[in-house]
This record gives sequence, structure tokens and C-alpha cells, in this order.
Amino acid sequence: MDALTWIAVVSIIMAGLTTGFGTMGPALAEGKAVSVALTSLAQQPDASATITRTLFVGLAMIESTAIYCFVVSMILLFANPFWNAAIAAAAQAAGK
Amino acid sequence: MRLTPDALIFWQYGFFKINATILFTWILMAILVLGAAFITRRLVTGHERSRWQDLLEIVVTAIMGQIEDVGLQNPRRYLAFLGTLFLFIAAAALSTVIPGFEPPTASLSTTVALAFCVLVAVPLFGISGRGLLAYLKTYVQPTPIMLPFNIISEVSRTLALAVRLFGNMMSGTMIIAILLSITPLVFPIVMTMLGLLTGMVQAYIFTILAAVYIAAATQNNNVIKPSSPAPQS
Repeated sequence: MDALTWIAVVSIIMAGLTTGFGTMGPALAEGKAVSVALTSLAQQPDASATITRTLFVGLAMIESTAIYCFVVSMILLFANPFWNAAIAAAAQAAGK
Repeated sequence: MRLTPDALIFWQYGFFKINATILFTWILMAILVLGAAFITRRLVTGHERSRWQDLLEIVVTAIMGQIEDVGLQNPRRYLAFLGTLFLFIAAAALSTVIPGFEPPTASLSTTVALAFCVLVAVPLFGISGRGLLAYLKTYVQPTPIMLPFNIISEVSRTLALAVRLFGNMMSGTMIIAILLSITPLVFPIVMTMLGLLTGMVQAYIFTILAAVYIAAATQNNNVIKPSSPAPQS
């Protein structure tokens, strides 16, 4: 396999694995956060505004790691610098 | 498959280019500024008021309430900056309903610019609230060994703000674009609704995080509300 094929294969596999593994941790953490928030809401319903707001802020924090993994996957698939460089080199070699 | 609206260039002359991000940002700015100017032309304090004035009052009062909840003593000082952040990001998220409209926050340039505004605003508010020396002292706060870590945390939470907003908006538009080519009947509508929800939540999150960072920079040592978290991401 030449370099172009290697780059494509590794990028595609890693893009899938990045999002696949990267969203497992945040999903577990968000489930735990929501469950604890529900428990505390049941114990103190009149603090629900503060609890809800803190819950959403915490969820956004946790979500951002999943978003980082997603962005890396997108870069690997659609804005891959190694692929672009390899394509440019192959085009130059073919054009000569 | 286009990753950001930056790639869609309408007009280019040498170095200057008008891409979709700039165009939609200016359209949003025009809507917000002209709408606000028209509605607040004649403000009344009686009972006979227009619905648009009521709408703006609800929005402004809600934002001021949230700013106060975070722990900032005088919400009017920060209302202009934080309110504009929220309104711009929320308007960008809501405008995805219009077909053909790409939210400018789906481009990394816009979100990095907004996060950079927060990065500059936090020391500005901190210095104007506490004085230059007192603000600089917060960087060495528990011990002077924490100085590089405090600086790194400033930079990393700015980056986190930018990438969080960019990732959420970009993934929303990309999912809808992909679904439109696969199952164009009902599923894209459901995903558009989800995208609207996450867009509004992200606007709220961006504003509240900016408010929390400003509160952490301007808090006086004897007025710390125990219920306001200061997350360091």
C-alpha cells in the first residue's frame, strides 16, 4: 500500500474510533450528573432554579470533551492536512 | 462537504473577501440593531405599551436576573457585554430556521472572536472593579507557584469556550445537511428542533460562563456567595 492509501485508511479508522470512544466517558458522566441533580431536586424542590442552572452549566462542561472528540473526527475526515498534502504531491507527480 | 461557512466566498478582491460568515454576521447585526432601535424609539412607563417593548423588557430583566444570580453585584455594568453576547449567539442559533441561512457561530473564526472578547473583558472588568494591583495579585492567589497554572487556565477556558460553541453549532448544521440528503422528509425537522434547543442552551452557557469568569475576577473577598460555582475547565 502506498502512502496515500495508508493516510486514508488510518484517518477513516481513527475518525470512527475517536468519536466512538470519546463519547462514552461524557455520556456516563452526564448520566451521573443528572441522577444526582434529580435526587437533590427531590430533596429540595425550592432550590430548583439554582440546581437546574448549575446542572446545565455542568452538563455543558462535560459535553465539551465529547465535542472536542467530534471536532477531531471532522478534521480527520474533511480538513485532513496530511491527505491534502499527499493529494497535492500526487497531483504534482502525475502532472510532471 | 463544507465544514464552516468560511469556505463559501461570495466576492473576493485581493486580500479582502466576503464569505458567508461575514455576510450572515452583518445580517444578524442589522436585524438586532435596527430591531432594537425601532422598538425603543418611544419607551413608555404606563400600562399602554407595545408588545415589542414588553418582549424586550422580559429579555432584559431575565438577563439581569441571571447576572445577579451568578454573584455580580451591579448587573447594569455588565448587562451590555453579557446581554449582547447572549442575544447574538441566540439570534444566530434561532436563525437556522430560515433555509439557506448558515449561523455565523458555526465558523471557528466567529467563536474564537467571541471567546477573545471574553478573554479581554475579564481582566478589564477585574481591573476596573478591584484595581490593577489587586487584580494581578489574584494570579498568585493561593501560592506564587500557581502563577503559570492560572495563566494556562485563562487561555484554556477561552479555548474551551470557543471550541464548545463552534462544535455544537457546526455539528447541528452538519447533521441537518447530511440528513437532508438521506431522509429528507421528517427526520431533518426533528434534528432542526434539537439543533435549536442546543443552540439556545449553548448561548445561555456561553453567557453564564462569561459572567462566572467576570464574577471570579471582580469578587471582593468578603462578599462571596456560597451558591455560585466558579468552574475551571
